[in-house]
Amino acid sequence: MSATFAILATWTVLAALGAMALRKPVHAALSLVGALMGVAFTYLNLGAEFITAVQVLVYVGAVAILIVFVLQLTRGEGVEGESLAVQPASLGLGIALLVTGGLIAAVVFLPDWRAAWPEKGDVALKRLGEVLMNRYVVALEAIGLLLTIAMIGAVLIALKRPDSQPPES
Amino acid sequence: MNALDQLFVNLKQAIVGWFPGEWRLGVSVVISAAAIVGVYAGLFAITTWIERKGLGRIQNRPGPNRVGPFGLLQPLADGLKALIKEDIIPQRADRLVHTLAPILAVVPVILALAVIPVGRNMVAVDLQAGLIFFFAMGGVKEIAVFMAGWGSRNAYSLLGSMRAIAQMISYEMPLVLSGLVVAMAVGSLSLVDIIEAQAGYYGGVLARWHVFTPWGLAGFLLFLVAATAEANRTPFDLPEGESEIIAGHMLEYSGFKYALFFLGEYMGLFGMSGLAITLFLGGWRAPFSFLEWIPSWMWFFGKLFAFIAFFVWLRGTLPRLRADQLMEFAWKFMLPMVLLDVVALALWQYTAHWSVPLAGLWRWVLSGGLMFVAYLGLARLISPRRRVGPRTYRFAE
Repeated sequence: MSATFAILATWTVLAALGAMALRKPVHAALSLVGALMGVAFTYLNLGAEFITAVQVLVYVGAVAILIVFVLQLTRGEGVEGESLAVQPASLGLGIALLVTGGLIAAVVFLPDWRAAWPEKGDVALKRLGEVLMNRYVVALEAIGLLLTIAMIGAVLIALKRPDSQPPES
Repeated sequence: MNALDQLFVNLKQAIVGWFPGEWRLGVSVVISAAAIVGVYAGLFAITTWIERKGLGRIQNRPGPNRVGPFGLLQPLADGLKALIKEDIIPQRADRLVHTLAPILAVVPVILALAVIPVGRNMVAVDLQAGLIFFFAMGGVKEIAVFMAGWGSRNAYSLLGSMRAIAQMISYEMPLVLSGLVVAMAVGSLSLVDIIEAQAGYYGGVLARWHVFTPWGLAGFLLFLVAATAEANRTPFDLPEGESEIIAGHMLEYSGFKYALFFLGEYMGLFGMSGLAITLFLGGWRAPFSFLEWIPSWMWFFGKLFAFIAFFVWLRGTLPRLRADQLMEFAWKFMLPMVLLDVVALALWQYTAHWSVPLAGLWRWVLSGGLMFVAYLGLARLISPRRRVGPRTYRFAE
């Protein structure tokens, strides 16, 4: 374990704990952003530059802003001042342990988990593109279509109904 | 010539060479980081002077002229003032978020600047996904703006930060897409590779920059508009809007924290300009083959100064947009144009091996014509049909 990894891992875990424990929703959201950044830079530490950039772009840039907007628009009245953690705590801890354990087990019990480590840098990026554009192209397009539909749905919901006249201006 | 071109590279090598083996990596990193922070911060000081002087001249006044010759020491005085000013945190503000925001406004911008090559062999980090990394760091800025707006507990601050975030999200789309057009053409996300792909000269004279292709020209213009919006420069300075919401998310900041926001904004501007230079204007390459004797880093910073001058000119000339105009322009004009630019690039690449007479001209007509027709059509579609006739005047009687 390198020193950089130790720093990044500590940072990520602390930020994730903060996202759970902090009382104010906005603080929790910002703490989550910190945790996501920590994960992103862990990727960078592992040499997966592209994944780092995408992680920051998608999660920190978009999802975090989304969370923050939702909190802003809904005012978060009901949850202000209370912890956002799952009650009872044992249930939340249990689920967290189950997921973490499952992930670790999946990696460790992979037949050749050391051999399965991806290449670094440009080769990996090129291969990612090739795989996405050849083998998984249908899945990729399907997800794109799904997101477009979701966006159109959001626009439809946000659109004013024809019967509700906008105020004269 | 070569010695001058590689002056800073050799200098760094020499300094690194003084240290024992195991120290060298660390020293090299520190020097690169210090160079980025130092050079761009210095550039920031000069830019504030250029901006104030330029705006002053545009508005027919002298601009700063008291401190030092031609007012050149004005940035120093400004910095000193910011440092010794009282740092006020509003009583009801969220202290931690309020304090962290200006730091977060500067750090990602500096990280983004690290991937931009400023000369031959002069890039701090050559990431394979440098382009995406740059855009990702631009996304972090939104968080900083939100933190500043929310942490200040001020209606104007929050309003300003909401405006800023809406604007940044809207213009990030065309910005990233026009950058990706170049990545598509080059086949790499590394900024070093992108500059490498613009090597060579048309007819041995004119550089093979991307801006000299139809898709590149269109992409460059679209990128420039989106970059202006992303950097919150006039005519897209709604987030600050001094006359409407009194500097928006920066309202409650004073002293050096305010200066940090300024630093972040200007460094963001340098980053955007640097990226435009890298993607479309050949990075540190000379525009003509007979000008190659000028060192590469001089070309980069020369182009950067040209961009700064351009942005000052814009700020002195254009009025501020309205929020609905801003959004309409982003989604109804910029986004379709950028998507069509991808098609224009595809046409350009697909016809690369044509052997008909005047193939170059036909390719220009095909690829450039698409963009031009789309431009005309979209402009007609969006702008309300206004009947233009002789203006009638009515005077008070």
